[in-house]
Amino acid sequence: MAKKKEVKSLSEVTVRFAGDSGDGMQLTGTQFSDTTALFGNDLNTLPDYPAEIRAPAGTLYGVSGFQLHFSSSDIYTPGDNPDVLVAMNPAALKINLKDLKPSATIIVNIDSFDAKNLKLASYASNPLEDDSLQGFNVIPVPITSLTAAALEGSPLSTKEVTRCKNFFALGMMYWLYGRPIEATLSWINQKFSKKPEIASANAKALKSGYFYGETTEVFATSYTVEPAPLPKGTYRNISGNQATAYGLAAASVKSGLPLFLGSYPITPASDILHELSKLKNFGIKTFQAEDEIAGITSAIGASYAGSLAVTTTSGPGLALKTEAVGLAIMTELPLVIVDVQRGGPSTGLPTKTEQADLMQAIYGRNGEAPLPVIAASTPSDCFYMAIEACRLATKYMTPVILLTDGYLANGSEPWRIPHVEELQEIKVKQRTEKEGFYPYSRDENLARPWAVPGTPGLEHRIGGLEKSHIYGNVSYEHENHDFMVRMRAQKIKNIENDIPDLEVRFEQEGDLLVLGWGGTYGAITEAVLCARKEGLKVSQAHLKYLNPFPKNTAEVLKKFKTVLVPEINLGQLSRILRAEFLVPVVNFNKMKGLPFKASEIEAEIMNLLGGKQ
Amino acid sequence: MANNIDSNEVKLTAKDFVTDQDVRWCPGCGDYSVLAQTQRVLPDLGLPKEKIVWISGIGCSSRFPYYMNTYGFHTIHGRAAAIATGTKLANPELSVWVATGDGDLLSIGGNHFIHTCRKNIDLKILLFNNRIYGLTKGQYSPTSEKGKVTKSSPYGSIDFPFNPVTLALGAEASFVARALDRDPKHLQYVIKRAAEHKGTAFVEIYQNCVIFNDGAYSSLSEKDTRDDNVLYLEHGKPMIFGKNKDKGIIVDGTTPKVVSLTEGKYSVNDLLVHNEFDKSVVLAYLLGQMSNHAEFPTPVGIFRQISKSTYHEDMEKQIQEVKAKRGEGDLEKLLFSGNTWEVK
Repeated sequence: MAKKKEVKSLSEVTVRFAGDSGDGMQLTGTQFSDTTALFGNDLNTLPDYPAEIRAPAGTLYGVSGFQLHFSSSDIYTPGDNPDVLVAMNPAALKINLKDLKPSATIIVNIDSFDAKNLKLASYASNPLEDDSLQGFNVIPVPITSLTAAALEGSPLSTKEVTRCKNFFALGMMYWLYGRPIEATLSWINQKFSKKPEIASANAKALKSGYFYGETTEVFATSYTVEPAPLPKGTYRNISGNQATAYGLAAASVKSGLPLFLGSYPITPASDILHELSKLKNFGIKTFQAEDEIAGITSAIGASYAGSLAVTTTSGPGLALKTEAVGLAIMTELPLVIVDVQRGGPSTGLPTKTEQADLMQAIYGRNGEAPLPVIAASTPSDCFYMAIEACRLATKYMTPVILLTDGYLANGSEPWRIPHVEELQEIKVKQRTEKEGFYPYSRDENLARPWAVPGTPGLEHRIGGLEKSHIYGNVSYEHENHDFMVRMRAQKIKNIENDIPDLEVRFEQEGDLLVLGWGGTYGAITEAVLCARKEGLKVSQAHLKYLNPFPKNTAEVLKKFKTVLVPEINLGQLSRILRAEFLVPVVNFNKMKGLPFKASEIEAEIMNLLGGKQ
Repeated sequence: MANNIDSNEVKLTAKDFVTDQDVRWCPGCGDYSVLAQTQRVLPDLGLPKEKIVWISGIGCSSRFPYYMNTYGFHTIHGRAAAIATGTKLANPELSVWVATGDGDLLSIGGNHFIHTCRKNIDLKILLFNNRIYGLTKGQYSPTSEKGKVTKSSPYGSIDFPFNPVTLALGAEASFVARALDRDPKHLQYVIKRAAEHKGTAFVEIYQNCVIFNDGAYSSLSEKDTRDDNVLYLEHGKPMIFGKNKDKGIIVDGTTPKVVSLTEGKYSVNDLLVHNEFDKSVVLAYLLGQMSNHAEFPTPVGIFRQISKSTYHEDMEKQIQEVKAKRGEGDLEKLLFSGNTWEVK
């Protein structure tokens, strides 16, 4: 009988799970997140995995990690530096050690610290036996052998038994932070319903890990992180890609238009295709095309036929789609293009995050080819911005680019689920009246009519060649082209009247505004809040509309002596702001394939305001 | 009526399909014939104009939609098949046609072409094959013969050409045919057969470019030579050709041979009999390889037509199956699915 152990209360914890890319660390992290969300904590996650699916075991480049920050109050980031590292092998320890807090807890799987793995991780001596981990609270656990012992007599092979060790580790962590194991147990049973022996082994490993924590002497204390006081409602944990998919499905329901997705698999956007492919009972048609170009062009063809058409991709895919985006602009067909940005250029860093497609999204086409560009700022915001993209596309008869990024796409957070009736209707007109129909006539929004094939009496021809105003015949007239170029630009510019103003949080004018866009929202928010706690007067604003900008953007920018623009690129928004508004802005840039740490931005704020660092 | 298009029979004439736009092809261009024959065939399909969509890429032939009084979409280079795929899948009620050229379909659009065939997307693809780039003023195309001298191959092209018929057969197209711009009746027949086919219907049309490749098919179209150089494929009929119907095709092992029917060695009974509906692709492929060959007549007609489920049918079927299994999609239920918890 184990004696009653001490329970300490914490307000927040950052945990990182790390192991080989075949160790199931992403799964372990996701399960811990879901359970933690169910428990009622606010949380934020950062999966970080290599592009190789199963990199050679034990290598430094094969390390896969999942970081999770959870708290009893609001949080905005996955945490700068972990309090706890679960390292499944020496490589995982080596890669992650530098990020840990000075007195962090390190739970290591000592079974993997053999000569071979130490060598693969380039350790000259065993770090568990020398003094290199001094200051850390190292908890050595023979995770592999304990898992094997727990599963003795199991019909599984040794290899299969070994693969259950992540559930042992997860069970241990559940005990350590007072989380219930039931949600994961039922997930295991569902996931492996067709392989009952695997299900039972994983469940047993999970429970054994939990009981190990309870009984063993190595853990003297367990911790509790109380639920966060979130606004009332029903919650679920949601990732950015899932939220994007649900937002698109919601837009289909709210507009009454059938959804068509033309897409080609690409990291980190494929999960949107996966999610929507499941939703066939919504009448959603997903078409896995032969290439990126067919992804967008099939969507254009579907839009032409009257569907709510979408294509999803990442930076290299958007580059391939470029010419077709121009066609959608020229033919003024509604289309939503989701770009889940990743490290570039070229193949770049497929599994890592970046914000360097902003210029590509706004300007990357031949000719004068403006379109609305909007960006989601948190995983759950992807839901609302996907709906907004659909609204703008259909109202203004234009392609719209929605930018998210790898961090938002794979990261997750608790989301207060909206009821369907709370979501705005998307009113769509498809032309049926024959009287006075001209393919390039325009409504009050300068949008041309959406007259879809199948509609009697409206037979007409569209295409990529310049068309005459109103009548839509091919036109090479000089004056007409000049007119149409300006008309298309004006149509997009006018959208500024239909989007919310840029909101400034805290002082409406002053010395410093931190202005961000997209996935940096969390880190900037936390940095600004921390700086303000230190007594610094700093305001925050976040752009969700990048083209056109909110109408009051110039006004906001001019009210601050300094505008700091942190971006995961070399200063793309900064450049546009300077060009558009003739204001000086200060860049703050990082391109490490990782999101900003709040502390990095906070340091920059301190620096600019002359405060202490 | 084919295409599962359920519509009331409409009485239209060729004139109903003529637009108010001036046709801007060069005088004497083979495209005029294709346009005229198509406009003659479409009324026979019994489809109202609004159910017909013409989608094209870039090139001379891709101006086609502007001249057809139906719905039309002149798109970008090479992508017509992919765009048409989206249109057909979004609304299977439509009869979707692709007008394209040898550069558009087989060079820049080659990938979309083979995948359209593979997936059996229900599109009618008319390939205007003039074996040259016309709109860019005369470069060799992927169907130009090796050695062809053009602006971009002043010393002769070193490319081996594609044979569109065997390419389509290799890509598992369910309907593969060929016709000549200069044989209007036969062209009409082939277009009509394509229209009636369920699935990807590919028609290669030998089309003369009067400016940059004039006479490319003259041996197949000129009165004095055509009978000896063209083999009309007819289902169930032996393969006879020649001015005096005195030559035929036999197969020796896997090799086709031209034989004389007047020398006493072979009779009609020895000849290869055409089977459009052969499950095996071998016969059609063998015939396809006889094209543009000094030894053989060039076959025209339906090489092969097979029946298999179309992409949109399978797509609709799957949607219905999932609806039956999981119930009609309920957004509220979806959003509140998975692990949820209440904050009070």
